[in-house]
Amino acid sequence: MDTDQLIRTLTADNAYRGRPIGLALMLALLAAAPVSLLIFFAELGVRPDVMSAMHNPFFDLKFAVTLALAASAIAVSLHLSRPEASLRSFGWWLLIPAGILVAAISGEMMMPQRTPMMTRLIGKNSMACMTAIPAMSLPLLVAALYGLRQGAPARPAVAGAVAGLLSAGLAATVYASHCTDDSPLFVATWYTLATAIVASVGALMGNRALRY
Amino acid sequence: MREREDEWTDLMRSAISGDDAAYHRLLKAITPVLRAAARRGLARAGQPVDQSEDIVQDILLAVHLKRQTWDANAPFAPWLFAIARNKLIDALRRRGRRIFVNIDDFAETLPGETPEPTASPGEVTAQLQALPARQRDVLQSIAVDSASIKDTAAKFSMTEGAVRVALHRGLASLTAKLRDR
Repeated sequence: MDTDQLIRTLTADNAYRGRPIGLALMLALLAAAPVSLLIFFAELGVRPDVMSAMHNPFFDLKFAVTLALAASAIAVSLHLSRPEASLRSFGWWLLIPAGILVAAISGEMMMPQRTPMMTRLIGKNSMACMTAIPAMSLPLLVAALYGLRQGAPARPAVAGAVAGLLSAGLAATVYASHCTDDSPLFVATWYTLATAIVASVGALMGNRALRY
Repeated sequence: MREREDEWTDLMRSAISGDDAAYHRLLKAITPVLRAAARRGLARAGQPVDQSEDIVQDILLAVHLKRQTWDANAPFAPWLFAIARNKLIDALRRRGRRIFVNIDDFAETLPGETPEPTASPGEVTAQLQALPARQRDVLQSIAVDSASIKDTAAKFSMTEGAVRVALHRGLASLTAKLRDR
Protein backbone atom coordinates (compact mmCIF):
# COMPACT_ATOMS: atom_id res chain seq x y z
CA MET A 1 0.00 0.00 0.00
CA ASP A 2 1.67 3.27 -0.98
CA THR A 3 1.27 6.44 1.03
CA ASP A 4 -1.32 8.02 -1.29
CA GLN A 5 -3.47 4.92 -0.94
CA LEU A 6 -3.07 5.01 2.83
CA ILE A 7 -4.10 8.68 2.89
CA ARG A 8 -7.19 7.88 0.83
CA THR A 9 -8.07 5.09 3.24
CA LEU A 10 -7.63 7.32 6.29
CA THR A 11 -9.81 9.96 4.63
CA ALA A 12 -12.53 7.35 4.10
CA ASP A 13 -12.45 6.73 7.86
CA ASN A 14 -12.73 10.44 8.75
CA ALA A 15 -16.30 9.98 9.94
CA TYR A 16 -15.13 7.79 12.81
CA ARG A 17 -14.95 9.60 16.13
CA GLY A 18 -12.97 8.23 19.04
CA ARG A 19 -14.40 8.51 22.52
CA PRO A 20 -13.07 11.53 24.45
CA ILE A 21 -10.46 10.30 26.93
CA GLY A 22 -12.19 11.80 29.97
CA LEU A 23 -15.35 9.87 29.15
CA ALA A 24 -13.45 6.66 28.39
CA LEU A 25 -11.61 6.90 31.71
CA MET A 26 -14.78 7.62 33.67
CA LEU A 27 -16.73 4.73 32.12
CA ALA A 28 -13.84 2.31 32.72
CA LEU A 29 -13.51 3.35 36.37
CA LEU A 30 -17.27 3.06 36.90
CA ALA A 31 -17.17 -0.45 35.48
CA ALA A 32 -14.33 -1.50 37.81
CA ALA A 33 -15.60 0.21 40.97
CA PRO A 34 -18.02 -2.62 41.91
CA VAL A 35 -15.13 -5.12 41.89
CA SER A 36 -13.10 -3.00 44.30
CA LEU A 37 -16.13 -2.40 46.51
CA LEU A 38 -16.83 -6.14 46.55
CA ILE A 39 -13.30 -6.80 47.81
CA PHE A 40 -13.82 -4.11 50.43
CA PHE A 41 -17.16 -5.32 51.77
CA ALA A 42 -16.21 -9.00 51.60
CA GLU A 43 -12.89 -8.63 53.41
CA LEU A 44 -12.99 -5.41 55.44
CA GLY A 45 -16.19 -3.38 55.78
CA VAL A 46 -16.69 0.05 57.33
CA ARG A 47 -15.39 0.39 60.89
CA PRO A 48 -18.18 -0.02 63.47
CA ASP A 49 -17.61 3.34 65.19
CA VAL A 50 -17.78 5.32 61.95
CA MET A 51 -20.50 7.69 63.22
CA SER A 52 -18.40 8.91 66.15
CA ALA A 53 -15.18 8.78 64.14
CA MET A 54 -16.60 11.38 61.77
CA HIS A 55 -16.33 13.94 64.57
CA ASN A 56 -12.57 13.36 64.70
CA PRO A 57 -10.97 15.83 62.27
CA PHE A 58 -8.06 13.46 61.66
CA PHE A 59 -10.46 10.77 60.45
CA ASP A 60 -11.93 13.28 58.00
CA LEU A 61 -8.49 14.45 56.92
CA LYS A 62 -7.68 10.97 55.62
CA PHE A 63 -10.41 11.45 53.03
CA ALA A 64 -9.16 14.91 52.17
CA VAL A 65 -5.70 13.44 51.43
CA THR A 66 -6.88 10.43 49.43
CA LEU A 67 -9.52 12.35 47.47
CA ALA A 68 -7.02 15.09 46.67
CA LEU A 69 -4.64 12.40 45.41
CA ALA A 70 -7.35 10.80 43.25
CA ALA A 71 -8.57 14.12 41.85
CA SER A 72 -5.15 15.55 41.05
CA ALA A 73 -3.98 12.25 39.53
CA ILE A 74 -7.10 12.13 37.32
CA ALA A 75 -6.38 15.68 36.11
CA VAL A 76 -2.72 14.87 35.45
CA SER A 77 -3.66 11.59 33.69
CA LEU A 78 -5.95 13.41 31.30
CA HIS A 79 -3.28 16.01 30.64
CA LEU A 80 -0.59 13.38 30.00
CA SER A 81 -2.77 11.54 27.49
CA ARG A 82 -1.90 14.23 24.93
CA PRO A 83 1.24 13.57 22.90
CA GLU A 84 2.77 17.02 23.36
CA ALA A 85 2.15 17.17 27.13
CA SER A 86 4.79 16.71 29.80
CA LEU A 87 4.72 16.43 33.58
CA ARG A 88 6.48 19.78 33.91
CA SER A 89 3.47 22.06 33.63
CA PHE A 90 0.94 19.96 35.57
CA GLY A 91 3.05 17.75 37.85
CA TRP A 92 2.78 20.11 40.82
CA TRP A 93 -0.91 19.18 41.13
CA LEU A 94 0.32 15.94 42.66
CA LEU A 95 1.88 17.94 45.50
CA ILE A 96 -1.58 19.01 46.75
CA PRO A 97 -2.28 15.75 48.68
CA ALA A 98 1.27 15.81 50.06
CA GLY A 99 0.70 19.39 51.22
CA ILE A 100 -2.54 18.46 53.01
CA LEU A 101 -0.71 15.58 54.67
CA VAL A 102 2.14 17.80 55.89
CA ALA A 103 -0.36 20.31 57.25
CA ALA A 104 -2.23 17.50 59.05
CA ILE A 105 0.99 16.18 60.60
CA SER A 106 1.95 19.63 61.87
CA GLY A 107 -1.58 20.05 63.24
CA GLU A 108 -1.36 16.80 65.13
CA MET A 109 2.09 17.69 66.49
CA MET A 110 0.68 20.84 68.05
CA MET A 111 -2.06 18.98 69.91
CA PRO A 112 -1.53 17.04 73.12
CA GLN A 113 -1.55 13.27 72.40
CA ARG A 114 -2.22 10.31 74.62
CA THR A 115 -0.03 7.90 72.67
CA PRO A 116 3.63 8.38 71.71
CA MET A 117 4.54 9.32 68.17
CA MET A 118 5.99 5.95 67.12
CA THR A 119 2.90 4.11 68.37
CA ARG A 120 0.69 6.35 66.25
CA LEU A 121 2.96 5.94 63.24
CA ILE A 122 3.11 2.15 63.44
CA GLY A 123 -0.59 1.82 64.26
CA LYS A 124 -2.52 -1.44 64.29
CA ASN A 125 -3.52 -1.82 60.65
CA SER A 126 -0.30 -1.40 58.72
CA MET A 127 -0.44 -4.87 57.15
CA ALA A 128 -4.12 -4.57 56.27
CA CYS A 129 -3.42 -1.17 54.75
CA MET A 130 -0.50 -2.49 52.71
CA THR A 131 -2.51 -5.37 51.25
CA ALA A 132 -6.00 -3.85 50.99
CA ILE A 133 -5.03 -0.68 49.13
CA PRO A 134 -3.06 -2.50 46.39
CA ALA A 135 -5.72 -5.25 46.11
CA MET A 136 -8.56 -2.75 45.75
CA SER A 137 -6.47 -0.61 43.41
CA LEU A 138 -5.73 -3.34 40.92
CA PRO A 139 -9.16 -3.54 39.21
CA LEU A 140 -9.25 0.27 39.07
CA LEU A 141 -5.72 0.41 37.65
CA VAL A 142 -6.50 -2.09 34.90
CA ALA A 143 -9.64 -0.10 34.05
CA ALA A 144 -7.82 3.24 34.10
CA LEU A 145 -5.15 1.93 31.74
CA TYR A 146 -7.85 0.57 29.45
CA GLY A 147 -9.57 3.95 29.33
CA LEU A 148 -6.31 5.84 28.87
CA ARG A 149 -5.42 3.70 25.86
CA GLN A 150 -7.54 6.18 23.88
CA GLY A 151 -4.80 8.69 24.56
CA ALA A 152 -1.29 9.12 23.19
CA PRO A 153 1.09 9.75 26.09
CA ALA A 154 4.67 10.71 25.22
CA ARG A 155 5.98 8.66 28.14
CA PRO A 156 3.78 5.61 28.73
CA ALA A 157 5.55 4.57 31.95
CA VAL A 158 4.98 7.98 33.55
CA ALA A 159 1.34 7.99 32.43
CA GLY A 160 0.99 4.47 33.88
CA ALA A 161 2.46 5.57 37.21
CA VAL A 162 -0.02 8.44 37.42
CA ALA A 163 -2.83 5.98 36.61
CA GLY A 164 -1.48 3.98 39.57
CA LEU A 165 -1.73 7.07 41.78
CA LEU A 166 -5.30 7.69 40.76
CA SER A 167 -6.39 4.10 41.44
CA ALA A 168 -4.54 4.08 44.78
CA GLY A 169 -6.21 7.38 45.70
CA LEU A 170 -9.66 5.97 44.98
CA ALA A 171 -8.96 2.66 46.73
CA ALA A 172 -7.46 4.42 49.77
CA THR A 173 -10.55 6.62 50.04
CA VAL A 174 -12.69 3.53 50.53
CA TYR A 175 -10.11 1.80 52.72
CA ALA A 176 -9.88 4.85 55.02
CA SER A 177 -13.44 4.19 56.21
CA HIS A 178 -12.32 0.79 57.52
CA CYS A 179 -9.00 1.74 59.07
CA THR A 180 -9.04 2.74 62.76
CA ASP A 181 -5.63 4.43 62.53
CA ASP A 182 -6.39 8.10 62.00
CA SER A 183 -3.02 9.64 62.74
CA PRO A 184 -1.60 11.56 59.76
CA LEU A 185 1.72 9.91 60.64
CA PHE A 186 0.17 6.51 59.93
CA VAL A 187 -1.32 7.80 56.67
CA ALA A 188 1.97 9.39 55.60
CA THR A 189 3.84 6.12 56.19
CA TRP A 190 1.62 3.23 55.19
CA TYR A 191 -0.79 4.81 52.73
CA THR A 192 2.20 6.32 50.95
CA LEU A 193 4.00 3.01 50.83
CA ALA A 194 0.91 1.22 49.48
CA THR A 195 0.43 4.01 46.91
CA ALA A 196 4.06 3.72 45.82
CA ILE A 197 3.60 0.00 45.19
CA VAL A 198 0.52 0.65 43.03
CA ALA A 199 2.30 3.46 41.15
CA SER A 200 5.23 1.14 40.37
CA VAL A 201 2.90 -1.56 39.08
CA GLY A 202 1.14 1.14 37.05
CA ALA A 203 4.43 2.27 35.53
CA LEU A 204 5.31 -1.29 34.51
CA MET A 205 1.88 -2.01 33.07
CA GLY A 206 1.54 1.41 31.45
CA ASN A 207 4.87 1.07 29.72
CA ARG A 208 3.36 -1.73 27.65
CA ALA A 209 -0.34 -0.87 27.63
CA LEU A 210 -0.13 2.86 26.86
CA ARG A 211 2.26 2.77 23.91
CA TYR A 212 0.55 3.86 20.75
CA MET B 1 6.15 28.48 7.89
CA ARG B 2 3.81 30.23 10.31
CA GLU B 3 1.21 30.47 7.55
CA ARG B 4 1.67 26.84 6.65
CA GLU B 5 1.03 25.78 10.23
CA ASP B 6 -2.02 28.03 10.58
CA GLU B 7 -3.37 26.47 7.42
CA TRP B 8 -2.87 22.98 8.91
CA THR B 9 -4.76 24.01 12.03
CA ASP B 10 -7.67 25.31 9.94
CA LEU B 11 -7.72 22.17 7.80
CA MET B 12 -7.76 19.93 10.86
CA ARG B 13 -10.62 21.90 12.40
CA SER B 14 -12.63 21.49 9.19
CA ALA B 15 -11.69 17.81 9.04
CA ILE B 16 -12.99 17.19 12.54
CA SER B 17 -16.26 18.91 11.73
CA GLY B 18 -16.71 16.38 8.92
CA ASP B 19 -15.00 17.89 5.87
CA ASP B 20 -13.31 14.87 4.22
CA ALA B 21 -11.70 16.97 1.47
CA ALA B 22 -9.99 19.15 4.07
CA TYR B 23 -8.73 16.04 5.84
CA HIS B 24 -7.34 14.67 2.60
CA ARG B 25 -5.61 17.98 1.85
CA LEU B 26 -4.13 18.10 5.34
CA LEU B 27 -2.70 14.57 5.17
CA LYS B 28 -1.29 15.33 1.72
CA ALA B 29 0.27 18.56 3.00
CA ILE B 30 1.96 17.08 6.07
CA THR B 31 3.34 13.99 4.30
CA PRO B 32 6.37 15.62 2.59
CA VAL B 33 7.30 17.35 5.84
CA LEU B 34 7.12 14.06 7.73
CA ARG B 35 9.06 12.32 4.97
CA ALA B 36 11.89 14.87 5.06
CA ALA B 37 12.10 14.59 8.85
CA ALA B 38 12.07 10.79 8.79
CA ARG B 39 14.93 10.82 6.29
CA ARG B 40 16.94 13.24 8.37
CA GLY B 41 16.41 11.09 11.45
CA LEU B 42 17.42 7.91 9.63
CA ALA B 43 20.46 9.57 8.08
CA ARG B 44 21.62 10.89 11.43
CA ALA B 45 21.26 7.41 12.96
CA GLY B 46 23.32 5.97 10.12
CA GLN B 47 20.35 4.05 8.74
CA PRO B 48 19.39 3.75 5.06
CA VAL B 49 16.94 6.53 4.22
CA ASP B 50 14.89 4.29 1.94
CA GLN B 51 12.99 3.07 5.02
CA SER B 52 11.53 6.51 5.59
CA GLU B 53 8.21 5.67 3.94
CA ASP B 54 7.42 3.02 6.58
CA ILE B 55 7.93 5.64 9.26
CA VAL B 56 5.77 8.16 7.39
CA GLN B 57 2.92 5.63 7.22
CA ASP B 58 3.35 4.81 10.90
CA ILE B 59 3.01 8.50 11.76
CA LEU B 60 -0.02 8.99 9.50
CA LEU B 61 -1.81 6.05 11.13
CA ALA B 62 -1.07 7.43 14.61
CA VAL B 63 -2.25 10.91 13.61
CA HIS B 64 -5.47 9.39 12.34
CA LEU B 65 -6.20 7.15 15.31
CA LYS B 66 -5.23 9.71 17.97
CA ARG B 67 -7.00 12.74 16.49
CA GLN B 68 -9.25 12.97 19.54
CA THR B 69 -6.23 13.92 21.69
CA TRP B 70 -5.74 17.12 19.71
CA ASP B 71 -7.27 20.16 21.37
CA ALA B 72 -9.06 22.08 18.62
CA ASN B 73 -8.20 25.36 20.34
CA ALA B 74 -4.47 24.65 20.16
CA PRO B 75 -2.23 24.89 17.08
CA PHE B 76 -1.97 21.63 15.15
CA ALA B 77 1.78 21.56 14.37
CA PRO B 78 3.16 20.99 17.91
CA TRP B 79 0.73 18.10 18.38
CA LEU B 80 1.70 16.61 15.01
CA PHE B 81 5.44 16.97 15.64
CA ALA B 82 5.11 15.36 19.09
CA ILE B 83 3.46 12.29 17.54
CA ALA B 84 5.96 12.21 14.68
CA ARG B 85 8.92 12.52 17.02
CA ASN B 86 7.59 9.71 19.21
CA LYS B 87 7.07 7.43 16.21
CA LEU B 88 10.48 8.24 14.76
CA ILE B 89 12.20 7.45 18.06
CA ASP B 90 10.25 4.16 18.22
CA ALA B 91 11.28 3.25 14.69
CA LEU B 92 14.95 4.00 15.29
CA ARG B 93 14.92 2.15 18.59
CA ARG B 94 13.45 -0.86 16.86
CA ARG B 95 16.35 -0.71 14.44
CA GLY B 96 18.69 -0.88 17.39
CA ARG B 97 19.58 2.77 17.79
CA ARG B 98 18.79 4.95 20.72
CA ILE B 99 19.22 8.45 19.52
CA PHE B 100 18.03 11.90 20.29
CA VAL B 101 15.52 13.22 17.79
CA ASN B 102 15.45 16.94 17.48
CA ILE B 103 12.03 18.55 17.26
CA ASP B 104 13.56 20.95 14.72
CA ASP B 105 13.84 18.00 12.36
CA PHE B 106 10.16 18.55 11.75
CA ALA B 107 9.86 22.28 12.01
CA GLU B 108 12.74 23.24 9.75
CA THR B 109 11.52 21.78 6.48
CA LEU B 110 11.64 24.48 3.86
CA PRO B 111 8.49 25.06 1.82
CA GLY B 112 10.20 24.13 -1.45
CA GLU B 113 11.57 20.87 -0.12
CA THR B 114 9.22 18.08 -1.16
CA PRO B 115 11.06 14.78 -1.40
CA GLU B 116 9.41 11.93 -3.25
CA PRO B 117 9.08 8.48 -1.71
CA THR B 118 12.25 6.50 -2.36
CA ALA B 119 11.19 2.91 -1.88
CA SER B 120 7.75 1.41 -1.72
CA PRO B 121 6.93 0.79 1.93
CA GLY B 122 6.67 -2.84 2.94
CA GLU B 123 5.61 -2.93 6.56
CA VAL B 124 1.99 -1.82 6.26
CA THR B 125 1.50 -4.04 3.22
CA ALA B 126 2.97 -7.04 5.05
CA GLN B 127 0.80 -6.52 8.14
CA LEU B 128 -2.25 -6.04 5.93
CA GLN B 129 -1.99 -9.69 4.92
CA ALA B 130 -2.21 -10.76 8.58
CA LEU B 131 -5.58 -9.05 9.19
CA PRO B 132 -8.87 -10.96 9.46
CA ALA B 133 -10.27 -11.56 5.96
CA ARG B 134 -13.18 -9.11 6.22
CA GLN B 135 -11.01 -6.21 7.40
CA ARG B 136 -8.36 -6.98 4.82
CA ASP B 137 -10.86 -7.13 1.97
CA VAL B 138 -12.43 -3.81 2.95
CA LEU B 139 -9.07 -2.08 3.39
CA GLN B 140 -7.81 -3.42 0.11
CA SER B 141 -10.94 -2.41 -1.74
CA ILE B 142 -10.75 1.17 -0.46
CA ALA B 143 -6.97 1.60 -0.53
CA VAL B 144 -5.83 -0.34 -3.57
CA ASP B 145 -8.94 -0.44 -5.77
CA SER B 146 -9.93 3.14 -4.76
CA ALA B 147 -13.50 2.01 -4.24
CA SER B 148 -15.85 4.20 -2.20
CA ILE B 149 -17.49 2.95 0.98
CA LYS B 150 -20.71 2.57 -0.98
CA ASP B 151 -19.11 0.50 -3.76
CA THR B 152 -17.27 -1.63 -1.24
CA ALA B 153 -20.52 -2.32 0.59
CA ALA B 154 -22.15 -3.42 -2.68
CA LYS B 155 -19.16 -5.56 -3.66
CA PHE B 156 -19.13 -7.59 -0.44
CA SER B 157 -22.92 -7.36 0.16
CA MET B 158 -22.37 -5.56 3.43
CA THR B 159 -24.15 -2.51 4.83
CA GLU B 160 -22.24 0.79 4.62
CA GLY B 161 -22.15 0.84 8.41
CA ALA B 162 -20.49 -2.57 8.51
CA VAL B 163 -17.93 -1.40 5.94
CA ARG B 164 -17.14 1.64 8.10
CA VAL B 165 -16.71 -0.54 11.19
CA ALA B 166 -14.47 -3.03 9.33
CA LEU B 167 -12.45 -0.15 7.90
CA HIS B 168 -11.83 1.45 11.27
CA ARG B 169 -11.12 -1.84 13.02
CA GLY B 170 -8.76 -2.78 10.21
CA LEU B 171 -6.79 0.46 10.60
CA ALA B 172 -6.68 0.04 14.38
CA SER B 173 -5.47 -3.55 14.27
CA LEU B 174 -2.98 -2.71 11.52
CA THR B 175 -1.52 -0.09 13.85
CA ALA B 176 -1.46 -2.54 16.76
CA LYS B 177 0.38 -5.09 14.65
CA LEU B 178 2.93 -2.52 13.53
CA ARG B 179 3.50 -1.48 17.14
CA ASP B 180 3.84 -4.96 18.60
CA ARG B 181 5.80 -6.60 15.82
